[in-house]
Amino acid sequence: MKKDDDLQPILSRLSGKLRSVYKITALVLVVLLFFVLAAAMLGMPAIGNKNNPDNNEVARRYIENGVEETGAVNIVSGMILDYRAFDTFGESCVLFVATICVTIMLRIDGQNKEDDKEAEKKDKTSFGIRESAFKKLDSRYYEPENDSILKVSSLIVIPIILVFGIYVILNGHISPGGGFSGGAVLGAGFILYLSAFGFSATERFMNAKTVKIITLVALLVYCIAKSYSFFTGANHIESGIPLGTPGAILSSGLILVLNICVGMVVACTMYSFYALVRRGRI
Amino acid sequence: MWSLITRHLNDIVAVALFVIGFADLLFQRNMIKKIIGLNIMDTAIYLLLASQGYITGRKAPIIVDGVESASAYINPIPSGLVLTGIVVSVSVTALLLSLTIRMYKKYHSLDLDHCLMMARREG
Amino acid sequence: MDFIKNFPFFSIMLCMFCAIITSCLGRKAAKYLTRIVLAAVVGLSAALLVYTYINGGSFVYYMGHFPAPWGNEIRAGCLEAIFALFVSAVAFLSVVAGGKAVEYDVEDKKENLFYILVCLMVSSLLAMCYTNDLFTGYVFIEINTIAGCGLIMVRQIGKSVVTAIRYMVISLLGSGLFLIGVTLLYSLTGHLLMSNIKESLLPVFESGDYRVQLTIVIGLMTVGLSVKSGLFPFHLWIPDAYGQSNVVSSSLLSSTVSKGYIFLLIKIYVRTIGFDVIEKSGVFNICFVFGVVAMVFGSLIALREKSFRRMIAYSSIAQIGYIFMGIGLGTKEGLVAAVFHIFAHGITKSLLFLSSSAFTEGSHTKSIHEIKGLAYEHKFSSFCYSVGAFSIVGFPLLSGFVSKLLLGGAAIGQGLMQWIALLALAVSTILNAIYFLRTVIYLYIPPEQPLKAEEPKPYSSMRGFSYAFGVTVLVLVNFLVGLASGPVINIINKGLEFFS
Repeated sequence: MKKDDDLQPILSRLSGKLRSVYKITALVLVVLLFFVLAAAMLGMPAIGNKNNPDNNEVARRYIENGVEETGAVNIVSGMILDYRAFDTFGESCVLFVATICVTIMLRIDGQNKEDDKEAEKKDKTSFGIRESAFKKLDSRYYEPENDSILKVSSLIVIPIILVFGIYVILNGHISPGGGFSGGAVLGAGFILYLSAFGFSATERFMNAKTVKIITLVALLVYCIAKSYSFFTGANHIESGIPLGTPGAILSSGLILVLNICVGMVVACTMYSFYALVRRGRI
Repeated sequence: MWSLITRHLNDIVAVALFVIGFADLLFQRNMIKKIIGLNIMDTAIYLLLASQGYITGRKAPIIVDGVESASAYINPIPSGLVLTGIVVSVSVTALLLSLTIRMYKKYHSLDLDHCLMMARREG
Repeated sequence: MDFIKNFPFFSIMLCMFCAIITSCLGRKAAKYLTRIVLAAVVGLSAALLVYTYINGGSFVYYMGHFPAPWGNEIRAGCLEAIFALFVSAVAFLSVVAGGKAVEYDVEDKKENLFYILVCLMVSSLLAMCYTNDLFTGYVFIEINTIAGCGLIMVRQIGKSVVTAIRYMVISLLGSGLFLIGVTLLYSLTGHLLMSNIKESLLPVFESGDYRVQLTIVIGLMTVGLSVKSGLFPFHLWIPDAYGQSNVVSSSLLSSTVSKGYIFLLIKIYVRTIGFDVIEKSGVFNICFVFGVVAMVFGSLIALREKSFRRMIAYSSIAQIGYIFMGIGLGTKEGLVAAVFHIFAHGITKSLLFLSSSAFTEGSHTKSIHEIKGLAYEHKFSSFCYSVGAFSIVGFPLLSGFVSKLLLGGAAIGQGLMQWIALLALAVSTILNAIYFLRTVIYLYIPPEQPLKAEEPKPYSSMRGFSYAFGVTVLVLVNFLVGLASGPVINIINKGLEFFS
């Protein structure tokens, strides 16, 4: 990589003494950390032993009463969305705040635009590419118009991916999976569709407005549902939400609703990450 | 000694992975490699966490056939924690990558030290 | 159950709701909604403080339908309530006083995103303050980190992007170490709830089987959280992060975010692991040493710093050192002094950052020589800045004086520690006085040529009533805490009693 000429002396001076001191200290630190942690691990309770302290009454109650109390056959789903729902609520907020930060960074308006133009100019000079060729290289302008292999194969694959994603979300409480994994699958499907057919095709059903509305509605429903269950739980009021028969699709009370909400948020988030990186707006 | 290590194999591997990620973070100057290092660190922690809940010879805690004795399933708590942790690490990775894109656009370099120097010179 | 017991839950959820709704509002609406919600949270926390102080003790609030070891829960007492009041009040005043600065620095279309970050940051701080569960603590630490990163980079100049990356990398290292600590603690005790961990840790500790592991757990958690709060050897990100970001961001980051981690650390020491266990592990001595080094070292680099806002940022390193020194004394008096210093430093530092925005025209960098004589132009701001500077130096009548007095008093009778602590306090106070009073003197140097009637600068002409209101309240609070420190110390004492 080409560096500025007058930066070179500063860099080389830094990469001289200071750099080597830093490297040696860091190496010592890393090796020390490994041995300390490894020594600690050797004294921990052995893995796979059923008498470990963490296999206590908490885990036992989750398994023995979990189905009855949460209505979810998948105990892990029941645990994260009912017993320890506050954690999971925080987790969705992590996703939300990360989307906000990525939007601030990458959505193109104002300052961002100038940076973009400058970067383009630099790219052109440093790679020595003709304007037309450059446009093709840059992913923002690059739409695979004639890639028939991708188009045909994605036509076959995408419906399967989307249906599978919906299946994983809807069955989160009775089989492995749940909102997050299903949402990621859905998001991957949208991204594949986008890369095969371009923005003009996806904009028909996914644009900034729909993404905003879906995220808003899903998060609000999540927030209200959880607030209701926290409030009733803490004030010892019966929540009055039927749990249904364990094992059926329509069972386990709020868990199904929450899974759908999380799935929608995650699918939109994944898609908007990709769109923001590729063209600077959703 | 050897049997002790085999009994704690997951833990040791997790620690080794964590340290590899940590070293990556300290020694690499390229942002992308630093992010990879962070991801390795996260993965190591999830391996450690997941193996705390494992019990030899037991099944995943999904009660399909109505077998409800607690001694048939592993501990579900660490699995749930790993799920939560993964979401955190996905968000953090996306954020770091977007920051890296902006940094590259601005300074045309992925080298964090180099960019820091350029930023300092801007005043 | 009294209805007022719902207030901690309400204040967390109110901020979350506000954040979610703000995502589809315009910038004006976002600004006012955030202000209203933060004011409401201040009110809720104040009511809770009165309630817990009168009733004494602390109460547990189920987050869900399941009791202690099975579900999540939050817990509130005097100390949590006063910390929540502090966080929400500082956030409210910063947002009010810095509204114009935000308009100036953040692009119009992204201003509502800034307020989302503020709301999420406050709600995560509240959750960290109230939670009784280690893993919940971890999740909200991450929200706090990401929101903090967003606050740093919201100016979108090259420097803030690089700074945000450094902040993020260092913070993630810290949270990684913290999560390992949580994992090990879980596998030793089988619980994630703080009170339950303490119960099942006692036999483990007494049997002596896992003493090394326990020490490592304590070490990992301490290092993880002190990396995030910016204790001395991990301070490298602080000057850039506080000195270059938007004024509101710097004020929030320096006075609330880093304090949230320290509060969680105190909670882990007192409630999760137990004060006695920590004392035997020797972690307090390490905290003490690093605290003392940070006090002196932070002041020394601040003395050398030429840039005005970076100098204020460097002084934060020294102030974090004061807090860790207080914790490191290992006594109850030390802990009280540390908690008091959290509050004193928080209100002073936000006052300094907010009032300094008048001299630096928003969030620009300016060297300390460039502010000469500006007091005659900005009379009100320079008065407020001087109050802040005097408070941080430890001038009587102000909050900084009381916290230094408490720290000194706590150190007395601690053998060797007493002399080290008192010496460090003296040295650091003198250094503080040199570099802060220097700026005050610079401000009040009469300008050489008579003031020309210049055209009003774009920033200074934009400030208005809300700025004056926010800064005035901070000045008054500073005097109030300094003059009537008795009740505050009383609340902290009472809160710590029921904290474990």
